[in-house]
This record gives sequence, structure tokens and C-alpha cells, in this order.
Amino acid sequence: MATITIDGVEYQAEEGANLLHAVLSERLDLPYFCWHPSLGSVGACRQCAVIQYMNPEDERGRLQMACMTNVSDGMRISIEAQHASDFRSLVIEWLMENHPHDCPVCEEGGECHLQDMTVMTGHSVRRYRGSKRTWRNQDLGPFIGHEMNRCITCYRCVRFYGEYAGGKDLGAFGSRDRMFFGRYDDGTLESEFAGNLVEVCPTGVFTDKPFASHYTRKWDLQSAPSICPGCSVGCNTFASERYGKLKRLTNRYHGELNRYFICDRGRFGSHFVNRDDRIRNAAVMGEDGVFEYGDSTKVVEQAAKTVDNNTIGIGSPRASLESNFALRQLVGSENFCVGIQDVELELVNTSIEVMNEGGFTVPSLDQVEQSDAVLVLGEDISNSAPRIALAVRQSTRLVSFELATGADIPVWQDAGVRGHAQHSRNPLFIASPASTRLDEIATEVASGSVTDLIEIGRSIEHALENQQAASGFAASVAKALSSAECPLVIAGCSLGSDALVRSAARIAQTLKRSGNDSRLIVVPREANTMGVALLGGGLSMTQAIERLSSGSTTIVLENDLYRRASSDVVDEALKNGTCIALDSVENSTIGKSRFAFPAATYAEQTGTFVNYETRAQRFFQVFEPLDEIQSSWKWLSQLATAGGRDEASWESFEVLASNCADSTFEELCNVAPSADFRLTGGSRIPRQTHRYSGRTAMLAHDNIHEPKSTVDSETPFSYSMEGQVSTDQDGAVIPYAWSPGWNSNQSVFKFQQEVGGELAGGDPGVRLLDVSTDPVTNGSAKEQSDSQSRGESSESGLELVPMNDVFGSDELSSLSWPIQKRMSSPYAVLSKQDAEELDLQVGMGISVAGLEESLEVCIDDRLRPGLIGIPQGFIRGTEFLPSRVEVARDPDYVGRSDTNADVIAKG
Amino acid sequence: MSLLDTKPLIGRVEEVGDRIALADYESGGGYSGARNALTQMSPEEVIDLVKDAGLKGRGGAGFPTGMKWNFAKGEPLTPGPKYLVCNADEMEPGTFKDRYLMEYNPHILIEGMIIGAFAIQAEIAYIFLRGEYHDPYDQLIRAIGEATERGYLGTSVFGTDFNLDLRVHLSGGRYICGEETALLNALEGKRAQPRSKPPFPPASGAWGRPTIVNNVETFCNVPAILRNGSQWYQDLGLTEDAGTKLYGVSGRVNNPGLWELPMGTPIREIIDDHAGGMLNGFKLRGLLPGGASTDFLVEEHFDLAMDYATIQSAGSRMGTGTMILMDDSICPVDMCRNLEHFFAQESCGFCTPCREGIPWVESLLTDIENGKGQPGDLEILDQHAAYIGGPSNTFCLHAPGAMEPLQSALKYFREDFEQHIKLGKCPYRSRTESPASSD
Repeated sequence: MATITIDGVEYQAEEGANLLHAVLSERLDLPYFCWHPSLGSVGACRQCAVIQYMNPEDERGRLQMACMTNVSDGMRISIEAQHASDFRSLVIEWLMENHPHDCPVCEEGGECHLQDMTVMTGHSVRRYRGSKRTWRNQDLGPFIGHEMNRCITCYRCVRFYGEYAGGKDLGAFGSRDRMFFGRYDDGTLESEFAGNLVEVCPTGVFTDKPFASHYTRKWDLQSAPSICPGCSVGCNTFASERYGKLKRLTNRYHGELNRYFICDRGRFGSHFVNRDDRIRNAAVMGEDGVFEYGDSTKVVEQAAKTVDNNTIGIGSPRASLESNFALRQLVGSENFCVGIQDVELELVNTSIEVMNEGGFTVPSLDQVEQSDAVLVLGEDISNSAPRIALAVRQSTRLVSFELATGADIPVWQDAGVRGHAQHSRNPLFIASPASTRLDEIATEVASGSVTDLIEIGRSIEHALENQQAASGFAASVAKALSSAECPLVIAGCSLGSDALVRSAARIAQTLKRSGNDSRLIVVPREANTMGVALLGGGLSMTQAIERLSSGSTTIVLENDLYRRASSDVVDEALKNGTCIALDSVENSTIGKSRFAFPAATYAEQTGTFVNYETRAQRFFQVFEPLDEIQSSWKWLSQLATAGGRDEASWESFEVLASNCADSTFEELCNVAPSADFRLTGGSRIPRQTHRYSGRTAMLAHDNIHEPKSTVDSETPFSYSMEGQVSTDQDGAVIPYAWSPGWNSNQSVFKFQQEVGGELAGGDPGVRLLDVSTDPVTNGSAKEQSDSQSRGESSESGLELVPMNDVFGSDELSSLSWPIQKRMSSPYAVLSKQDAEELDLQVGMGISVAGLEESLEVCIDDRLRPGLIGIPQGFIRGTEFLPSRVEVARDPDYVGRSDTNADVIAKG
Repeated sequence: MSLLDTKPLIGRVEEVGDRIALADYESGGGYSGARNALTQMSPEEVIDLVKDAGLKGRGGAGFPTGMKWNFAKGEPLTPGPKYLVCNADEMEPGTFKDRYLMEYNPHILIEGMIIGAFAIQAEIAYIFLRGEYHDPYDQLIRAIGEATERGYLGTSVFGTDFNLDLRVHLSGGRYICGEETALLNALEGKRAQPRSKPPFPPASGAWGRPTIVNNVETFCNVPAILRNGSQWYQDLGLTEDAGTKLYGVSGRVNNPGLWELPMGTPIREIIDDHAGGMLNGFKLRGLLPGGASTDFLVEEHFDLAMDYATIQSAGSRMGTGTMILMDDSICPVDMCRNLEHFFAQESCGFCTPCREGIPWVESLLTDIENGKGQPGDLEILDQHAAYIGGPSNTFCLHAPGAMEPLQSALKYFREDFEQHIKLGKCPYRSRTESPASSD
């Protein structure tokens, strides 16, 4: 540690650390633009100027950019010195030469880092007399607005988009005072991380387009900490509401998980909450096949009458742990199905089984970034868990920091580190059926069918045991993994192969036995797949549907059975059995149920999701839902009460959650502070900002009497603007990032122990499984035959490879209108050879036996001939195709003209 | 006595009276220095010799060449190539010395680069050539062809086991490419933005490899040092600095041009004896000693010796050693405006003070020149000169360089600026002239 003096006060900082990092870590105010904790320093904006004194006698000192200076012991600097503060003010004045005075109509206004820094430096009088340059803006697609006139040329956009996230279509053009940041031409930004530009841009150049279309100032938003329901990573988000609509999602810093960035599925995938076809009232199906709405108490009573000891419950990987638990309690564990397909459940159970064996670390994303060799076995994480892929991308840069240190380049000096490393990367091996967006940075890729991949996995296992005998891809992988300090193996559920998951586990366990600090991730499919699987139930999906088919009353919790079993089977079951369905948005299951209950979405209720690490995380109600919409567990509670099953009735979320913890995982008690949490001063945590405006006028068009605000007894939050959010409070209950003088998201450093480190009040969530890192000798090493036997190549047709698409494969986000604008037509991926044999070209149609719609043809050079990749979730039935499918050219196919299929990296 | 004894750079050109072909070059002792270095000396000995000779970089900064080469000697930290780069991106306004060397004496550059490459053991070398230098390009390509044919380039240079692949890269054309790290970025095919130091190019330069970048004239000084020794070279200079220098004069003199003279020749001697003195009716008011990015020198400095230390102590820099004269018919405000227009236009756009500050300076100067100056404008100019000019206030030295003529003009010709604002017009400008434009 080094002792440094800042304006006469001594602080401790790490020797060799970045000075700006150290200053901000002390929560001192020093303006900056181009620096970003995840992007490092480049010294472009010259805003963070301080005076550095050479020795104790030096009184004049010399101007230095804090972001380009190393911390050294005995260092003496001043932030307040006149010369430095004059320079910082002049930098703002320079930036303001061309910046429009359009704050009142700018989407960034009120949370603009440029506004904050302008106020902080004190620049207020315009002396520049010249005219301002203007630009023609570009249409960057459905997610991102573009207003180049506001640009202050900090270069953060291109550094994040291109260098950090690997995007290819955003660049810096021109020179001098005519720098332009955009695409070569108008068009949708290709990267699935483009949305982060909104938060990376310090002003209003890149803005959230869907948010702008129903805009609200940050200070008028009512927000609560939330968890993204888009995939199994569990990125932390702020969900924000106004006028009963979920307005936007932004990144909520979590030091071990998403840190500063989330993917576009997460950011733009939540508009399903505002859909017009939300179910808003309890209803019972009439004789004429139309739902009848009425007194919900009566609907509950009617429904309760159908519930008996033979009733089964089908849970959901997208419902909260608490609602799933409530259902399990209501029907009994033996009558509970966790709500996912049998194959998938087997895979998740396998991953739980190997986690219970241990012999590896289940890494957080922060640990993923610190893994010095990575093998991805079978899963296309760039589509099924994009945030993991982004972390893997960073892991390949570890060697560049080593090289930099060897050449005396500070690791924070981003351009120097990258320039020195050139194309040196840590090993990344990808074995997958088709190309992935990580291929470009992979050391080597291997392609093949699922059977081939299993074989590759086995070869790697053998190569680890006996490196001499190995050759080719497996040998390279084994060599790289075993010489790495922290090798990481990633597998997943997408291909439905238990053998692959077991193979991945064995590789990680073998490495651990050899002394490597190995890590393993098995990517589940949905936000709470892990939670519901840990809860467990006595019925498989097949059994559950059979029971429904045989007449049992079935309570379906937030689940569309048509995504879990083939249409004919579900049709039959729903015809025969009585279904009580709870869900938020209309779907096919609801349409054929006897009873429908309107369930709250994740934004309208409080609950817990369990992510891939088995980290349980709490999301809080952001706003009260409309009409009769309420948390599913409340409907289930009412059904229990009406049916005289008081043991499954819960008076409050607190009671439910603590009961759930008692009968499952004790750690659940520590997920987040309970409802009796109070801020210093005794108040609850305000969901509304201290500048929240128009409260009394909001409903004045209906009634001039201001309704009493709801008292929230379920959470530590209030529907109020009263109470001061503390920067040190528990990390799980920070409702928005805001600090005096720091109105933008840059204020997050005030909530951290150290810039880019753990939240001051602790990073949220608790892990439910304590995975032992002790080496295991005889764990899942027993090989099991792959449950799904794959067809032989002599058979006719093509072998199906299930695929994922970040935009379209997830159920809820694909109901969000911005995502729908971004989704491509339903497509199929073919090898070049097969396409030629079928006389197909890119953009033509292919019909697949068993599917009602034809698919658009894409060609992937990595896909082996004989295979066909079909992304799931785009059209009904893709999940239930046989493993071999008959295909034919569809001469009548007409592509959807309104999609932008060309920009989506398919597969 | 051969002209080469006093004019090692272009003496042979004067002897031959034309562009020098390989035969002419060799008959004057050409390539004997390189041959000697490669066949008789170790790389360390070559570096030591250049160090002892006291050769300083001729690109403007005057950094000791031998010391620079020393940074890149020996085995690199990680296996891979080293690079030698010649900065031939001569874009400094008023500077045309490298062009002359490359057009008339290309082999001396090639020989100098062979010696430099051998000294640091780089087997790939680039000449990064200003995009508009078509004639030098043709001459270099021809000369490289001749040298390769004779076995002076390519594999087994001079029959030794040293190989050298010398390539010419024609610049896309930006002033900033003359900044060595921006040059390296441009060479790599990236935006021509300077790099932050550290890393310095000898540690991590082109493609992250150890790289030495020297100016054309610097390399051209090396062959004679190898031929005649360090003491001879030191004795050439009149002052502390060793060797000869190509001095140039542009402006209203009788005989504008370029001359190879001993380092340290006094300014007045260069102007009066070699440039033929001022044209009739014009009086010298000030001059930029070494290109557009150096401070003005005035009457009191005209007897100073043109060497690095002397000019620096007078508050300016010798820079490229090619002066631009300002006579009494030239408006200092307009001259500054013209210079700042150039610098604003050539900013790479990376850091704020340069990108936004210089255009502001230019627009103020345009206003003042056009009679639209306002009280307080000079204070804004002073503020810019002080804040942009600071040592680490900007990312690279482009903007501080841009402030050098301005700050010295504000010091030496302040009355002219004040008068413009007071009169509401430029006193130098006749009524029929069109106003200064910033485009």
C-alpha cells in the first residue's frame, strides 16, 4: 500500500494503481469522461486534471491527468488547486463549443454525466462565439437512438462496443473537431450489447429508443432493484415505472455478476409487462368457450372446488421460487412438477448432482473473467447466456495484462495494453455444432453433431489422462487447460445431452485433481430453472401431462405447456383435464384452461430467482399491478384458503419466504433484508427519487383527490420519495444509483467499496449450494449412455440441432415489442453442401416436416453436412421435432420484409 | 579536399550536379560505412560509435540517436521481430529537407538504415513516406531496387548472415503521422492517433514489437560517421552539437533554399550569406526557426547559433532547422491565423484541448484579423497558449506545438493584436483584399 496526500489529507492506495481509480475509490469528486472502470484509461478527454507536486517543497506542481498517472508512495496531489480546477473548467468550455443546449428535450437530461461534470467544474458562461457543427444522425435500429450533435468525443462508445464487446459495426470516423461516431451507413447495430451504449455514453448521443418513445425523466421514475428474467445469469437491474408502465431497465451494478453491462435481451426484453393482452382479471371458461369475468372471490371458490388430493401442480422456471414453493405446498411435493421438459430436467439434475459432488468452483462472472483458459463444450453461450460470453471474451485478455506488466505498461493503460498484446489471447476452445459469435477470438473451434461433440468431450478427457497419446483438437484443449491456473469449462442444456454435461464435469474434476483451480458452468435455460429444479417435485413433465390427460385438476403456474410438450399431446391433455392457469400474458395454455388467474410479472411482485451459480437473488415489486393482477402465490394462497388447506395459505410474502427457507434452503433468509428493514431515520427505502414530481397531479384527470399511497408491508421499500438512500446500505436494496452531484449512472462508484469492486453494502444474493472444491476421485466419472439416442447417418432427412437466438428463443422477451422488431424470421441453418443438394440459397424457404411454417434458410460453414440447426422458440413445435427431420425446399416461401435478418448473427 | 569532408549529406550531389545513382554514390565512398559496420563491427560497437559521435535526431526533438538505438539493442523480451522505421512523413510547414535528400541522394538514406537496422538487429525496416512525395517515392523504389540487386538489401546483406527487408509505405496523408506513435498506428492500418507513453516504441512499437523510429536526415548522417569516425563528426559542428545540418530558409529573401552547413551556423549568416539577405524593401521582423510549431525568434536572437541548446535557451526550438521568415509586410495576426488553421485542421481529434481548443484559437484569430475582435479576446488567447501549451495537458505534442508560434507572437507582436481590436481592422490589409476565412 502507498500513502498519498490529496489536498493535505492522507489516504491509503495501492501502489501502481491508477490515480483516478484511487481518488474515486475514496469517493472524492473528480470529473472525468473517457475513463471507465471496465474500459481503463486512454487519456482522451483531459478532464481529470490534478496538480501533482514533485516533492514536499514543491508548491507549484505540475498538471497531470489522474487517469494517466500511477499511484506511488508519498505522492502529493491537489484536486482543488486553482490551476487544476481552471483547466477542468476550460475542458468543459471546450466540450461545450459544439454541444447543443438541448437539455430540456434531451433524453439524458437529469441523468447526464456531462451536465454533472459541467456543474462540478463551475463552467457557466459561454465565451466561444463560433457556430456549432451539426451532424446527420443515423437510424441504428429499434434499440438505440442517435443524436451526434451532443457528442463530446470521449471515445467510450467505440471502446466499449468494439474493443470490449467485439462489435464490428460502430466506428470513429473523421478527425479534428469533426469526429463522428456511428456506423458506416444507417442500419441496426449488430451487437447484442449495443444497449450498453446508452449507459456508456456520458451524454445523450446514444439513447434508449423504446424508453424515448414513452419517456420519463429519471427523477420521475419509481424504481426498485430487480433481476433480469431473460436467462439464467441473473443480471441485476433497476426496473423503473411511471404511470403504471414499466418504462425501462438499466444495469444495476453487481461486483461479481454483471458489473457495468447487461445484454440487449435484458435491457429491451421487458416491455411484455406493458402488453395490452395482459390478463387482468380472474376468469372462468364459459360454456361457449369464452372466458367470463366476474367476482374474483367466486372464481377462486369455483376453482378451489376442483382442487383435491389428486390435483397436481406444474411449476415454472420463470416464476419466483416463492410461487413455485407455494404451489408445491398446495399440491404436495409428490404431485408437483417443476415445469420443464424431462430431458432438460435430467440435465439440470445432473448439474446439481455434479455440484453436490464438487471438485471444481462454480465461478461468478468476475471469476469467469479471471479464468486463464476456457473450453466451451456444446453450448452457444453467445445466444443462451450472452453476459457469460461477454465475460469469457474478457478472460481471453488476461495474457495481455501479463505482457503489459512485463513491458512496464500499467495494466490500466488500455490502448498500451491492447497495442502491446496485439493478437495474443488466452486459450479459448469452442466445440459446437455451428458457429458462435465467440469463434473469432477462439484459439481453435471444433464442429460436429451432438454425437461428435460427446466424442470430442471424451477425447479431451482421455487427453487429460494421457497427453502423449492425444492429438488434434482434444490434445490442444487438454494442453491448454492443464497448463492454466484457473481453467474453465462451460456446458449447457441447449443440446439436451446429458453425456456432454457429464463430460464437462469430468474434465473440470480431472483438472482439479491435477491441481488446477478448475471451474465449471452448466448453463440452465431460464431465469429460475435452477431454483425450481432445486425445489424439486415428484412428477416429470410427461407424467404431469398424463395426469392432466387422465382428468386430474392441474394448476399451471406461469407456464405455457405448449413450450414443454408437443401440441397434440397438450391439446389432448387440456381437453380431458381441468386446468387452473395462472399467468401474466395470454398464451395457448391459458386459452384452453378452465380457470385463468392474472399473475403479476416480475416487475409487479417480490420474489427470488436462482441463477446458474445457485445464487438466490431477490427482485422487488416496482409498482402495483392493475386490476386483479397479483403475485401467483397470493392466488394460490386464496385457493388454499377456499379449499380449507390452511397449511398452504400465506398471510404475507415474509411468512411465505421464511417458510420456504425453512423447508428448503436456510440461506434463503439472507437473500435480502426483510420488510422490517429501516433506513437511518426510521423510514423505509423510497422507490421514488427525492425529486419525484407531479405526484399530486398524476391521477388528477380522474379524481382531484390524491389517493393515499399504498403501504408496502412486504418489502423494505415504500411508495414514497421520503427517506435518504444510503450509499452503504445492503447491496440488495439499492433502488437507483444516485448521489449528490452525481445524477447519472456514474454515481455507482459512490456505492462501491472500491471503484469496480464489491458494493459497499455487499454484493447481493446467496448461493444455495456450497460446492466443494475438494478434488473428487470417483464422482460422475461413471459414464452414462446418452439418453437421447441419435439417428444414424444412413437414415433419411437431416439431424436436428436445437439452437438458441438471443432475440427470439426466450419466451417473455420475445413478447417485448422492441425485441420483436429485432427478431429475424424463423430460420433454419444448413451446411453449404446440404443447401446445394436441396437447391437452396440464403433467404429461400425450407419446409420441415412437423412444422406448420416454413423457415428461412441460413448457411453456416461450420455446420456439418447432414445437420440442420433450428432455433427454438420462434414458432411452436421446434422443441419437439424428432431428432431427424425430413426437409424440402418451399418454392412458395416469401420472407418477412419487415425483419432485418441480415444483421443478426444467426447461430 | 572532397566536398564530402564538409558536406557529408549532400556534398556528393553538388559534386555530381544531379541526382545520385548507385555508381556515383559508391564512387564517393557510398556503402563503405555500412559494409564496414556489417562485416567488421558488432552491433554494440556501431551503437557506441554513433553515441560517441553525438548525433542527435534531426526530426526536431534532437534526441541522441545512439541512446535511442541502445534502448532496442539485444534480444527482445518475447520472441519476434524488431522493426526499424524511417519517419519520412515530412509535413512540417516550411520544411523540405528530407524531400531533397530522398530525391537527390536516396542511397545515403538506405545506407543509414542498413547501419541502423544492423545496430538494433532489426530485419524489417519501413520508410513511412509522406503521401504527396511521389518523386521521392520513385527515387526510393529505384534505389532500393539497385541496392537489392547488389546484395545490400534482402538476404545476406554484404554477404553476411544479416537480412534486411526494406519497405516503403506511402502515408494516407496527415500531419499527425509525423508523430512517431501516430505513425506506427497508421503503419499498422489503424487511425493515426498518437499513443500514450509508456510504452515507448523501443519497448513496444509497431505491432507491439521493439521499434526504433528516426528521421530521414538522422539516418543520412550515419554513413559518414561510420566512414570517418566520431571525432571527425564532432569536429564538423561549430558549437556543442556535432555534424552538419540541412538549414533552409523560406520567405522574402533573395535566394530561398536549403544548404548543408556546420551545426551551429549563426542565423544571420544563414540568412545573409546563403539566402542572399532580405529582398529589397523588406525588413526581417521575426522568424520561426524550425517549422510552424516553433516559437518566433526576433531581432535580438538573429546572431544566435542554430543549434539545439542555443535556440532552446532563446525560448524556441531548432526543430527541423528550416526557418520561415516574417518580414514587416506580413501581419503577425494573419500569419498566426494561417498557422492555427493548419494545426486545427491537422488535429487527430483525440484529446479535447487540441480538438476543440485550436479551432477556438483559429476562430478568434480570424475574428481579430477581420476586425471583429473583442476586448478580452487576447486574454482568451493567452489562456489557451498557457493551458494547451502545458507539458502534459494534452495527449501528444501537436497542440503544444501549435501554441508555440501563438504564445511568442502574443509576446513579441502584442501591439499588432491590440491594434487590430482597437482599429476594428487589420492594418496590413488593403481595402480590396477579401477577409480572412477559416475554411
